[in-house]
Amino acid sequence: MRGGRGSPAIVAALLLALAGPAAAWAATPVRVGSKSFTESYLIAEIVAQIAEQTAEAPVERKLGLGGTGMIYGALVNGDIDIYPEYTGTISRAILKDPSVTDLDEMRRRLLPLGLTISAPLGFANTYALAVRRDTASRLGLRAISDLREHPELRAAFDPGFLQREDGWPGLRRHYGLALGDVRSMEHALTYQALTSGAVDVIDVFSTDGQLARFDLVVLADDRHFFPDYAAVLLVRSSVPVRLPRTWGVLWQRLVGKIDGPTMARLNARVDLDGRTFAQAAASFLGGGTTDDATRSHRHLFAQLATHTVEHIVLVAVSLAVAVAIGIPLGLLAARRRLLGQLELMGVGVLQTIPALALLAFMIPLFGIGRIPALIALSLYALLPIVRNTYAGVSTLDPRLVDMAAVMRLRGWQRLMWIELPLSSVTIMAGIKTAAVLTVGTATLAAFIGGGGYGTLIVTGLALNDVATILAGAIPAAVLALIIHGVFELIERLVVPLPLRSKPAP
Amino acid sequence: MRAFGIILSSMIALHDVTKTFGSRVVVDHVSLAIAPGTTEILLGSTGSGKSTLLRLILGLLPPDGGEIAVDGVPVTTATRDEVLRRIGYVVQEGALYPHLTAGANVTLPARADGWAPERAAERLAALADVVGLEPGLLAHYPAQLSGGQRQRVGMMRALMLDPPALVLDEPLGALDPISRSELQVQLSRIFAELGKTVVLVTHDVREAFVLGSSITLLAAGRVVQRGTFDDLARRPAAPFVTEFLRAQTPPPEMTASL
Repeated sequence: MRGGRGSPAIVAALLLALAGPAAAWAATPVRVGSKSFTESYLIAEIVAQIAEQTAEAPVERKLGLGGTGMIYGALVNGDIDIYPEYTGTISRAILKDPSVTDLDEMRRRLLPLGLTISAPLGFANTYALAVRRDTASRLGLRAISDLREHPELRAAFDPGFLQREDGWPGLRRHYGLALGDVRSMEHALTYQALTSGAVDVIDVFSTDGQLARFDLVVLADDRHFFPDYAAVLLVRSSVPVRLPRTWGVLWQRLVGKIDGPTMARLNARVDLDGRTFAQAAASFLGGGTTDDATRSHRHLFAQLATHTVEHIVLVAVSLAVAVAIGIPLGLLAARRRLLGQLELMGVGVLQTIPALALLAFMIPLFGIGRIPALIALSLYALLPIVRNTYAGVSTLDPRLVDMAAVMRLRGWQRLMWIELPLSSVTIMAGIKTAAVLTVGTATLAAFIGGGGYGTLIVTGLALNDVATILAGAIPAAVLALIIHGVFELIERLVVPLPLRSKPAP
Repeated sequence: MRAFGIILSSMIALHDVTKTFGSRVVVDHVSLAIAPGTTEILLGSTGSGKSTLLRLILGLLPPDGGEIAVDGVPVTTATRDEVLRRIGYVVQEGALYPHLTAGANVTLPARADGWAPERAAERLAALADVVGLEPGLLAHYPAQLSGGQRQRVGMMRALMLDPPALVLDEPLGALDPISRSELQVQLSRIFAELGKTVVLVTHDVREAFVLGSSITLLAAGRVVQRGTFDDLARRPAAPFVTEFLRAQTPPPEMTASL
């Protein structure tokens, strides 16, 4: 009983211990994520603006994080707290059990993953197939089953749609379709392909703002194959606990408040009217829309400057790391033949991983943002550096190598005075290749929130806005040329005069 | 005990040395004692094992059997530094580093040993004088030098740290006949002046005659005969000796008309 006196103190201490971190939690930002298509950007932007107005915690936007695999990884990893998702995707791609359609059941299944969902926001975004109006009237196409009569039509589908059981494979079986020419294409590009006449059928989302713009005909799902994709907010379980007010306001202002036509209109605002996501989101929330079109252009230039700095940092840091690791690895490979072969095989395998997949692998390990992007880019830049260092050092004239031994040069003297200078041309060529390669690969960093020119390309792809894509792609190409030139200069400083390709005057 | 005595009194001593590459015996029970200050020519055709013998002396290859000592120091991996400190090494075409000037090539061993630059420069000038190289050429890169000049630079580099022994592997092999005979004369003068112990590998009988105080004729990894040129010419140990010397002797009609 004596010990009982102590218990209020213990309880108080426990409460403090609990409240301490809780107070710290509130100060940590709420991080809002989105996939890289207009609707996802828009809902995320709306969520972010509501959270800002609620002012319970600072808001960070991590928008355009690729597809479901990437953004879900980021959510589970704690790099983001909330993002818009569709019930169909949750059951199929996340829970991997298409039978889960009931929302309460879905919440129960998400609980062990540390996640939960809001109630439906109102609109559903199901897959659909679309054709040009002229195709539709010429062939009398009204429903998906009409496609059975026309196996000659060419289709371009988003890679996700092409793979998913609730996409093309299931659809084809369900309807008994036999299209002869089906190719995989990034979703944002399929509209161009369709309107230019390169293909005849594409997959679309039912709330797509582009449908009206390109005057497309959506084929009816007359045999009811496509499941319902109701939009919800997918959040970490900690969010409602940590930010109850924000969660409450989000629920109150969004649940059941965005119906299909509203969403299509918002999408069109961005895709067709050239509004920014922020402007369109603000218009939905009833905020002022004072911004005019010129502002978004000025905005582009400011963005360009930021992205240039980000891109150069990505390239410079990852290249520096790759050089710092790659040259010693190459030297090691040249010294230990067996180890060397394994090592070259290892970096070779790294290179065969598509850059985007390598970036995706980073998420569970390092989260999203600049750090995982830098790690992935560094790994990607390794091969040319390791291989050229190995090749340069291991193919040196053996008589020159013997002579260094006979002259009793110490290990580092041999390295610094003989081996590295003699193989500098080959090593520099490897570094140059890696540098130019990295400028290109770094544009993919945007898919995991790494910044750089890729941000413009990803946004442009989502908006189907060629100008924005080029605003990222052209500077990236120019930067590649500049970096090539810079390395030509560095080569002059590093490679000893008599070893340069042009003979000494 | 006998081997021990030879090792002590010789600059370079090999006792019963054998080396095989796979199943091929390249050096077959070779014993050789080279006295300080003498020039030994290892004469033989390609594949006779003469270059392998040099690499064994330098410790670049481990022998499969027998012992080697340089200046009384047994050649092992542990004593490698001690051994190499006593030997200057010259190879065909010099094996100069293309990214360093001739001068930097010569002073490289001194730089590795931590010499002051002034001391190295002084030695450099003295060596240019010894081998008869115009000092202005020291600022050139190897690619800008002639074969004979490169060979002189290689010689200077081997002499840089003033080792008691010099080991030369076909040093004049890649030169045209005129620079070759010119350098042969020059080398014999340098060897005599400096009093180094020299082991020189060649397949050229004339070179052996001009340079060597003692000649060891090798065939298939074995010593066929060792002696002065006179010994080999007048008292051949085997018919092969005469055959080898004759093969390179110009016919009398030719020498008569010169």
